[in-house]
Amino acid sequence: MIRLGTLLCSMLAAVMIAAPAAGQELTGTLKKIKDTGVVKIGHRDASIPFSYLDDKQRPIGYGVDICLKIVDAIKAELKMPKLKIEYVPVTSQTRIPILTGGNIDMECGSTTNSVERQKQVAFAPTYFMTGTKLIVKKSSGIKGYDDLKGKTVVFTQGTTNERVMKAYNDEKKLGINFIPAKDHAESFLAVETGRAVAFPMDDILLYGLRASAKKPADYQIVGQFLSDDPYGIMLRKDDPAFKKLVGKTVTGLYKSGEINKIYSKWFQSKIPPKGINLGFPMSDALKELVKNPNDKGVEACGKMKC
Amino acid sequence: MDFSVFLQPAFSGGGTYLDWVLSGTKWTLLVSILAWIIAFIVGSVLGVLRTTPLAVLRAPATIYVEVFRNVPLLVQMFIWYFVLPEIVPPGMGDWMKTRMPMPEFWNAVLCLGFYTASRVAEQVRSGIQSIPIGQTYAGLAMGLTRGQVYRHVLLPMGYRIVIPPLTSEFLTIFKNSSVALTIGVLELTAQARQISEYTFRTFEAFTVATVIYVLITLAVTVAMRALENKARVPGYIGSAGK
Repeated sequence: MIRLGTLLCSMLAAVMIAAPAAGQELTGTLKKIKDTGVVKIGHRDASIPFSYLDDKQRPIGYGVDICLKIVDAIKAELKMPKLKIEYVPVTSQTRIPILTGGNIDMECGSTTNSVERQKQVAFAPTYFMTGTKLIVKKSSGIKGYDDLKGKTVVFTQGTTNERVMKAYNDEKKLGINFIPAKDHAESFLAVETGRAVAFPMDDILLYGLRASAKKPADYQIVGQFLSDDPYGIMLRKDDPAFKKLVGKTVTGLYKSGEINKIYSKWFQSKIPPKGINLGFPMSDALKELVKNPNDKGVEACGKMKC
Repeated sequence: MDFSVFLQPAFSGGGTYLDWVLSGTKWTLLVSILAWIIAFIVGSVLGVLRTTPLAVLRAPATIYVEVFRNVPLLVQMFIWYFVLPEIVPPGMGDWMKTRMPMPEFWNAVLCLGFYTASRVAEQVRSGIQSIPIGQTYAGLAMGLTRGQVYRHVLLPMGYRIVIPPLTSEFLTIFKNSSVALTIGVLELTAQARQISEYTFRTFEAFTVATVIYVLITLAVTVAMRALENKARVPGYIGSAGK
């Protein structure tokens, strides 16, 4: 009995000593990262220049770079300089279940921060502003959405662009024939091979796809913005400690002006795999967001009702 | 789990999410059954060709079986849909891409049908070859032609022998039909995925899809079992347990 008592006492003492040493109790994602020694980053395969694979099949891009800054912040926060990074490929369809299921800790891609998605996940401050436009073949003669009447349009499953395009179709009664595709590369292939005349997508991604096309000059990006799409790094919901760390890191990049360097590396310089320069200066909307960061998000259907 | 989600009005196209499930089920059944008809006819012909004594007939059938059986179904789906229209004459390719009615549906049916045909061919061949060679000789000795031997001796018994493995192939085609979603056929799995995207009710959507797949395959199993019983020749094979 005495022995047991001593044991209990020493355990109690150990707990009391250990508790303050750990600072505050780690919870959620930070605890998971600390326990496993691994931070898992979800990336895309063809979201140029945000998150895509280079010719050696390594994930690179604007979003990936920003996530790597967050990893640095995690290393400092947890005092784990040897933290391992594991990259997990995700698609438009799988990104939310994979994140909520815990297989990735953050998604660094081209995910629109929409109010609907906020019911499932949380977002870091917006790091890019774009909106839905169309990519078409120059020879198709299509100048805008209303030219799509009765035509075939391809969309990537699970995107906000799908919703806004369908909502527009319903509202204007265009009778568009929709065909689904599983990722942006396949959607673009449908336009390239003539299966579909147009592919509605965030305009910046369309510029990226055009840049990687066999004959970029054959395509043009047309139409008014059908929606506004603010991109953010996706995080698990209800994890204030991790969200705070991520938010602090991203706004830190904004305040220090480091964001400009990362931005111009991906949008105003030659990028892999073909060494094409997108030549896409920072929009006024994004400049405003850098000045006053937020993670508000938008309605998925933008200006349409849904 | 909250299955009331299926009664909610769907995001587009009017109707509820239940209608999406039903429409997905319809396409799964259509793709699978049409593909099975192709598979059964083409597979039977190939299976017979593979057992003929003539090498000129055997060789192409063997090549067909090895090619279609060994290339992954997903890759074949992609080839039918994206590659074939580019290698046929341009006029036909354009027709396949733009004017062909329901291109993804027919591509899926053809792809799945010709893929499964290679597997059916192997079943038919094994059925024919499991019949003792003496029966063929007996038939020929009685003055039947080679064709008549197949028609009256080999095929009637061969098909009966392979009903159980053919049942498996028939079940597999329903499950393989989900690969059609990669070229945009909105069949059951695709609809389940869509519902999970729009409502975030992933478990509910896939639970319902799973139950429907099981019901379809159970129905097929029961029907094939009935066929097996009906077709059984008393006193010959397949009477185990009776």
